[in-house]
Amino acid sequence: MASTETTSHTPDTKEGGDLAGLEAGLDALETQTAQRTAFGRKLLSKALPPIVAIGLVLLLWQLAYHFKVKEHYLLPSPADVGRTLQEKWLEGTLLDYVWTSLSRGALGFLISVAIGTPLGLIVARVKVVRAAIGPILSGLQSLPSVAWVPAAIIWFGLSDATIYAVVLLGAVPSIANGLVAGVDQVPPLYLRAGRVIGATGFNGVRHVLLPAALPGYIAGLKQGWAFSWRSLMAAELIVNAADLGVGLGQLLEQGRELQDMSWVLSAILLILVVGIGIELLLFAPIERRVLRSRGLLAKS
Amino acid sequence: MAATLTETAVDKSTAVDGSYAARISHVSKSFGRPGAQQLVLDDITIDVAPGEFVTLLGASGCGKSTLLNLVAGLDKPSAGEIEVPGGRPALMFQEHALFPWLTAGKNIELALKMRGLAKSERRDEAERLLELVRLKGAYGKRVHELSGGMRQRVAMARAIAQDSQLLLMDEPFAALDAITRDVLHDELTRIWRETQLSVLFVTHNVREAVRLAERVVLLSSRPGRIAREWEVDIPQPRRIEDSAVADLSVEITEQLRGEIRRHGQH
Ligand SMILES: Nc1ncnc2c1ncn2[C@@H]1O[C@H](COP(=O)(O)OP(=O)(O)OP(=O)(O)O)[C@@H](O)[C@H]1O
Ligand SMILES: [Mg+2]
Repeated sequence: MASTETTSHTPDTKEGGDLAGLEAGLDALETQTAQRTAFGRKLLSKALPPIVAIGLVLLLWQLAYHFKVKEHYLLPSPADVGRTLQEKWLEGTLLDYVWTSLSRGALGFLISVAIGTPLGLIVARVKVVRAAIGPILSGLQSLPSVAWVPAAIIWFGLSDATIYAVVLLGAVPSIANGLVAGVDQVPPLYLRAGRVIGATGFNGVRHVLLPAALPGYIAGLKQGWAFSWRSLMAAELIVNAADLGVGLGQLLEQGRELQDMSWVLSAILLILVVGIGIELLLFAPIERRVLRSRGLLAKS
Repeated sequence: MAATLTETAVDKSTAVDGSYAARISHVSKSFGRPGAQQLVLDDITIDVAPGEFVTLLGASGCGKSTLLNLVAGLDKPSAGEIEVPGGRPALMFQEHALFPWLTAGKNIELALKMRGLAKSERRDEAERLLELVRLKGAYGKRVHELSGGMRQRVAMARAIAQDSQLLLMDEPFAALDAITRDVLHDELTRIWRETQLSVLFVTHNVREAVRLAERVVLLSSRPGRIAREWEVDIPQPRRIEDSAVADLSVEITEQLRGEIRRHGQH
């Protein structure tokens, strides 16, 4: 690898040649060659366990239905729920419900990121601010955001503003706390190394502190999304008005009013699927990429 | 305070003549709260001449890292003064301290960027530095994909990338196996001889100290004081197994033993 330039640098040619050979040998010994597993097999080993688990749940459900653990109107079969979903789908309204909630959730989440990020950074880096609002911020995280709904309704009435207020109050503390934790966990050695190479002030934040805190920040974002989605559902369940779009929470509430259990279960299922879907399709890959690029992910 | 300032100014003018790369004068350092202070360094005075290679030798816990941190400006001395006329020194930590979110090449480029090198030149310069530590193919490698010896070499390249006149090294090779360490000794000596670098190199390995240095400074422990100095005029290139290196090492080790034994008696 390095044999070309050794002769010019080392006074003793023979010694230099030996050295280069020795080094190449050491490097070869110390560097692992990566082996890729076949893509199909990887997919299978990842996808199979959850599919089997879901299959088992459906089976138990069907058995419970079959042996009439509860009256059928109280416990519909998986097929009943599937039929309800199919009906809504054929009515062409299903995607509208999902889209209404998803767009609210996404917008609320993005606003929360825009507020939570600078907030977290300030709390993490400014001692006075931390002493002042740090404990409140982490305390807020344990307050169920549904508790904000009555207050938000009094402030904003039955409107979109109420829904977004609840989402923000749920997600902002979680995102800010994630960033604070991320910054706190940055090894001091990196900060010192940054100072030594001259990355101080803004450069230090941009080139050392933020990238070093990224894994914690992403974990915070993931949790922030979960909180956004939860808060949104809590808000939608209660904030029900004709002029507001119908989201999954409102769908769920309508099902309850009609005492239609398979409607209710369909709505719950959709809420679950959307929440998990976003996490799996959006956050999990980003997180995995960041961790893998830093060698923080154990290879299976 | 005013007197100190003028003194510094005078010293700087002599530095322009090239009389020293670092001047550590009467430096003391204590840790702890007032009342329960622990004196770690006591009245340390060392001048490192431009282009000189000095090793600092001492038992574990005698304050070597503390001293390097002071010279690097990461901490302030409790008393005394440290002057580094050539600007911010480069420091190679005991651990490689490379940033895991960057590739080997980008780690070096960040140091180049902070030094103010134009973007267009960074890539070539990083490649050149990697070649200098004989890691030509490592540019795109992540830190965790490199072996321990390779990481130390990248860290060395990053330290050199700072283009400081003074390179501080804190037991950089302590965790390596003997053969890899040998190889890195040769590389460091070669780089030092090719450039105008001054090096202050900390170790607790006597042979390593003698193998590398023009001057060996022995620190005593608790508190750290300068116990003795040796000029090493064995011609380069040296090998760690050379008999001249071994002879001086025996003498220094004897002295180091004496220092440690002295502590047992107190
Ligand atoms: N930040 C600190 N606060 C309190 N005590 C400290 C601090 N840093 C170092 N010390 C103390 O100073 C002494 C010297 O520490 P230092 O790390 O400089 O030793 P060293 O010579 O580098 O040892 P080693 O060879 O093991 O690396 C030790 O007794 C240590 O406990
Ligand atoms: Mg040390």
